[in-house]
Amino acid sequence: MSEKVLMKGNEAIAEAAIAAGCRHFFGYPITPQTEVAAYMSKRMPKIGGVYLQAESEVASINMVLGAGAAGVRVMTSTSSPGISLMAEGISYIAGSDVPCLIVNVERGGPGLGGIQPSQSDYFQATKATGHGDFHMLVFAPSTVQETVDLISDAFDLGDKYRMPTMILSDGLLGQMMEPVELPEPKEPVDNKDWAAKGHQGKRTHNVVNSLYIEPKELEDLNIARFERYKKIMETEQRAEEYLVDDADIIIVAFGASSRISHSAVDMARKQGIKAGLIRPITLWPFPEKYIRKHIGHAKAFLSVEMNMGQMVEDVKMVVAEKRPVHFFGRTGGVVPTPKEVLGQIVKLNGGDC
Amino acid sequence: MSKIIGERPKALLDIPLHYCPGCTHGIVHRLVAEVIDELGIEGKTVGVASVGCSVFTYNYFGCDMVQAPHGRAPAVATGVKRARPDDVVFTYQGDGDLAAIGMGETVHAAARGENIVAIFINNAIYGMTGGQMAPTTLPGMVTQTTPYGRDTSVAGNPIRVCELLSSVNGVALAERVTVDCVKNVKAAKRAIKKAFEYQMAGKGYCIIEVVSTCPTNWGMSPGDSIQWLRDNMLPYYPQGVYKDVGEGEQ
Amino acid sequence: MPKVIVDNDRCKGCEMCVIACPKKILSLDHSVTNSKGYHPAHVNDESACIGCGSCTIMCPDCAIKVEVD
Repeated sequence: MSEKVLMKGNEAIAEAAIAAGCRHFFGYPITPQTEVAAYMSKRMPKIGGVYLQAESEVASINMVLGAGAAGVRVMTSTSSPGISLMAEGISYIAGSDVPCLIVNVERGGPGLGGIQPSQSDYFQATKATGHGDFHMLVFAPSTVQETVDLISDAFDLGDKYRMPTMILSDGLLGQMMEPVELPEPKEPVDNKDWAAKGHQGKRTHNVVNSLYIEPKELEDLNIARFERYKKIMETEQRAEEYLVDDADIIIVAFGASSRISHSAVDMARKQGIKAGLIRPITLWPFPEKYIRKHIGHAKAFLSVEMNMGQMVEDVKMVVAEKRPVHFFGRTGGVVPTPKEVLGQIVKLNGGDC
Repeated sequence: MSKIIGERPKALLDIPLHYCPGCTHGIVHRLVAEVIDELGIEGKTVGVASVGCSVFTYNYFGCDMVQAPHGRAPAVATGVKRARPDDVVFTYQGDGDLAAIGMGETVHAAARGENIVAIFINNAIYGMTGGQMAPTTLPGMVTQTTPYGRDTSVAGNPIRVCELLSSVNGVALAERVTVDCVKNVKAAKRAIKKAFEYQMAGKGYCIIEVVSTCPTNWGMSPGDSIQWLRDNMLPYYPQGVYKDVGEGEQ
Repeated sequence: MPKVIVDNDRCKGCEMCVIACPKKILSLDHSVTNSKGYHPAHVNDESACIGCGSCTIMCPDCAIKVEVD
């Protein structure tokens, strides 16, 4: 389809998943992503798919585990507190090597927090989703179009590496409307020979499981999984570079913060400040390659986030004290303005705001 | 021409069961496997293992299996069944899994009329973790966490799951059976078979509650446990059909 | 005449078969200890076996079979 349609971020998530061949959605309403479920509830029955409103996010993620274990493309969508509820299920999904897509349309936290956008689930998404050693492939779109494109990749890569994947969106991106070009729809394919779907008398049984009582067996499984993660870290890092090649002050920002920072960089350049932006598109694997290659010429890095300082720790780790790394953030649902970010750039460049 | 009575059913793999001597899990596993054999459905059956003493059911049954988190088997089974509606899906759960941590998932799967069979092992105690109180522990019953006997004013009352679920629209069959003697084992098998047949006819959620023993954590021999079950469990958890939509309805 | 076959290694000496047998011809064989440390069941008087299969129905471990004509 080459024509563009105006779509709300949350609805585009649903449409993109369907285009990727997903026919199973299990979810629970929570602001600011309920439109994903509502849209799915209308679309899925019309295309022979399954939309089921579960009784909770706990039930949702376990339905995702079941459907994923049975070998189909499946997704759920929620917002921050819902991811906390899903933590156990996601750990089991990762420990069972089941692919699936989880969308987090972030809101203010912790606790009940607020319903306005934030980025305060970065740690949760990239380091501490649930118990045990595991990762999800985490993507951070910054436009509705990118959300659509990344969903397709998330399903493909999740199947390829047999792991859960996440789209880390936020309330801003979920609610905004932008023109999108939807991809060519793919039909669902039933080709997972490891799945628990009924052996039809043709093979021994498949067991989709995460319990391994023998320590050596469990260690071996973890090591094998981390070999896959290593491959991902080497080959799947993604980021966008904007005016970085000669930059003195390099902003690192993802999602909504990156759009604000993009404007701030333009404003800074107009004032003669050599500012640039590295916009991580994968949060896990963290795009260290993109940061590392610019350490030599940068004067300072500035992580701009809608939280109390989370991704900045990863930036600091990569920069390894070779250059100063600073943080600027607003949280609680407060969205920083380009002018505020510009003020930070100016300060780092040695000037007054 | 001689024949052998008591052959292991094909759907039960030839693996030594880890259960305690005299634990009735073994009987119920065999009954479920016999039903799967008789209905010829092993190739299209997916079982969902839960967490408790029966956590290793994924090793024992010959059909495809999925391991669920504690209490979540009905939700996992829902995911499997919605993805593979032509498959036969069952859960195998203990009293903590189905009626404590998993009560929400149980009630909602029942209310959805989810076409799954729940095999519910009620032995009034948490076996795997060493004998703590279960939602089905009887008043006055001594367990590791009710060392002076269950005091209902502090620890609440036991839950009768079949009775509870019988009020839920969506439940096609809720039957309580036991396995203390040959007659009751045969009746239990008939109930389990009916549940699987109801699923294949699309009638809705079926639960077969099997009043069972736990000799180790009850602190008695298997033989004495059978008697204790008759004297104490069955009066509180009577055998019977609590809901049956019948052959015609859905 | 029916023949009772016990899998000595699978039997856990739980005595469910002993209790179930209507002819009371089963008991644990204390002269045998299997690899798990259990005394398996055995038949005391095979000629009295009526081939009812009650033992096989009550065994939790598929450890006892009866061959009948």
